[in-house]
Amino acid sequence: MSPRTLYRKLVDSHTVAQLDQQHVLLYADLHIMNEYTSPQAFSSLREKNRTVLRPQLQLAVVSHIIPTHPVSVANRVILDPASALQASNLKRNSREFGIKLFDTNHEEQGIEHIIAPEHGWIRPGMVVLCGDSHTTTYGALGALGFGVGTSEVEHILATQTLVYRLAQDMRIKVDGALPAGTSVKDLVLLIIARIGAQGARGYAVEFCGTTIVGLSAEARMTLCNMAVEAGARAALIRPDQITYDYIRQRAHALDTEKFQQALGDWQQLYSDEDAVFDAEHVFAAQEVAPFVTWGTSPDQAIVVNELTPDPSQAVGQHAGATIAQALQYMGLPAAAPILGLPIDRVFIGSCTNGRIEDLRIAAGMIKGRKVASTVRAMVVPGSGEVRRQAEQEGLADIFIAAGFEWRQPGCSMCLAMNDDVLAPGERCASTTNRNFEGRQGRGGRTHLMSPAMAAAAAITGCISDVRTLENQHA
Amino acid sequence: MPETTCIEGVAAPLLIDNLDTDQIMPKQFLRTITKDGLDKGVLFDLRFHPDGSTKPDFVLNRPEYMNAKILVGGPNFGCGSSREHAVWGLQQLGIEAIIASSFGEIFFSNALNNRLLLIVLEPDKISLLLEELAMNDHHLRIDLETMQVRCGSYVFGFALGERHKKMIVQGLDMVGATLQLLPQIEAFEKKYEAAYGWAKVLPSVGNSHGNTN
Repeated sequence: MSPRTLYRKLVDSHTVAQLDQQHVLLYADLHIMNEYTSPQAFSSLREKNRTVLRPQLQLAVVSHIIPTHPVSVANRVILDPASALQASNLKRNSREFGIKLFDTNHEEQGIEHIIAPEHGWIRPGMVVLCGDSHTTTYGALGALGFGVGTSEVEHILATQTLVYRLAQDMRIKVDGALPAGTSVKDLVLLIIARIGAQGARGYAVEFCGTTIVGLSAEARMTLCNMAVEAGARAALIRPDQITYDYIRQRAHALDTEKFQQALGDWQQLYSDEDAVFDAEHVFAAQEVAPFVTWGTSPDQAIVVNELTPDPSQAVGQHAGATIAQALQYMGLPAAAPILGLPIDRVFIGSCTNGRIEDLRIAAGMIKGRKVASTVRAMVVPGSGEVRRQAEQEGLADIFIAAGFEWRQPGCSMCLAMNDDVLAPGERCASTTNRNFEGRQGRGGRTHLMSPAMAAAAAITGCISDVRTLENQHA
Repeated sequence: MPETTCIEGVAAPLLIDNLDTDQIMPKQFLRTITKDGLDKGVLFDLRFHPDGSTKPDFVLNRPEYMNAKILVGGPNFGCGSSREHAVWGLQQLGIEAIIASSFGEIFFSNALNNRLLLIVLEPDKISLLLEELAMNDHHLRIDLETMQVRCGSYVFGFALGERHKKMIVQGLDMVGATLQLLPQIEAFEKKYEAAYGWAKVLPSVGNSHGNTN
């Protein structure tokens, strides 16, 4: 057999039928659904008198609309009637079709992309689909995961398959050690800034190189999560001992025999040496520095001590106008420092940076310090388990003592579908994945950054260089 | 389902790079379990002031573009979130086709699944098209039989895979078509489960208090 990429191996092992040159019927090992992109799929199934083919391979999670007020879990009540209807509707659909559900008040409840890996649902070699663009997260564990629309959710429910347009292969190689004060979030912001918001459109991206190999499973999830912000259809990392250990600790459903069998399969999951990639990018980890977005697209990012761009210096037909529009929305001058820019809100959480490691990094920065009096700062753990663990480790106490709000898990102010919303004009240091216009609230201004940088912004009340703050602390 | 072989009408320029689906359909319109009423939400912040009044300068609010059937968009149109509500809303607003140099991946599939035609043209052709539209009452015609965009003296061919063409022209019941392959899917599953037994052993979801309000 000719050499194949990891992506191609995953597609081949899940191809039920080749439909034409561009399309295959792709089998899904797991389909995860949420409350806002699945209701119309279930309605359509019912209208056509169809059913769910493999209910046991489905998982439902209420995550986007759920309130995160710092109250006890048992009291989580959705007050907004439209959102409450979405939650009860998902529950009704799950019950009627025999689908497992993480309900509003489940103690492990949280963000779908945090819960699923955390509880051993995601394993190397799987195809995992979900009506959410950040499904690319699962590539961190060597699974082919990507987002689908509601029509496709319906198709998967009825047939356990997807009519899938094949992607091209891209390799992004990063070597070296990440400099002090930086993390994988800075790396991914650098990559997106360099290749652009559509730099990986149409591609499945495999991340490789010594930097990637050196990342924890959780850091890899942050990286793959944001690959979609460069337009990637999927992201992948070759599974290794770090992956196996992560899964061994979580996939309790697999007994020793099954795990050993799985391990044998997972060890075959790599791109063959001579496999051909359609595109390739190479980065050096030493180029990474603390990044911050200045604009309204994730590729509009600079190093924290650089200047905002000048539209008059821009090249390309619409580039200048695009920069000017983004600066205007963000209330920023051209060619000006972003360092020292006062912020109103800090949000630490989301499927990008709501994991325990992210909270440890942020708490490490915050310990013994206070949130600036001008800032309202929130920590929203990615899941019930993350929240519990952070409480056991004393991280919650650090956040609370510093003046952070310690909230219940959920998607919260990442897309602001619940009541955690920015007011018009409010400026937020955010660990989320998107800084689109109005994303965190109409007129709200989002600056994407790492958990350490968001923590630093909370303490100083402005966009700060975490490297200088760390020096002060030492 | 009636066949669509031609889309003809006013084309409005919406030249925003990376126009994401959060802007096309803001989050507050996603709190629904139906597809109804999404036309109100389309491009909401661009169309309306915060007090709800119409922004007269926005292209789709201008008299000459009131009944636009076609949008000419910037590159990476529809990037970001998977929300299909963006497609449903555009259609409810009367949009039948979008021309751009590239589209977000999930948006592309969502559009085709709903028979919203997406046409990819090179940036220089889009520039010519925009000039020509200004001189021809903003009117253009998309012919699906010949796969051509016609505007004034310009005729631009475009590509659409056989499958996609059939979906747009005839409107396929995709689920129905795949259900025809059910025996093949089941045969695949058997083989797959024998090879990768571990993949089917999934966790349970215990401890649910289950009191969704």
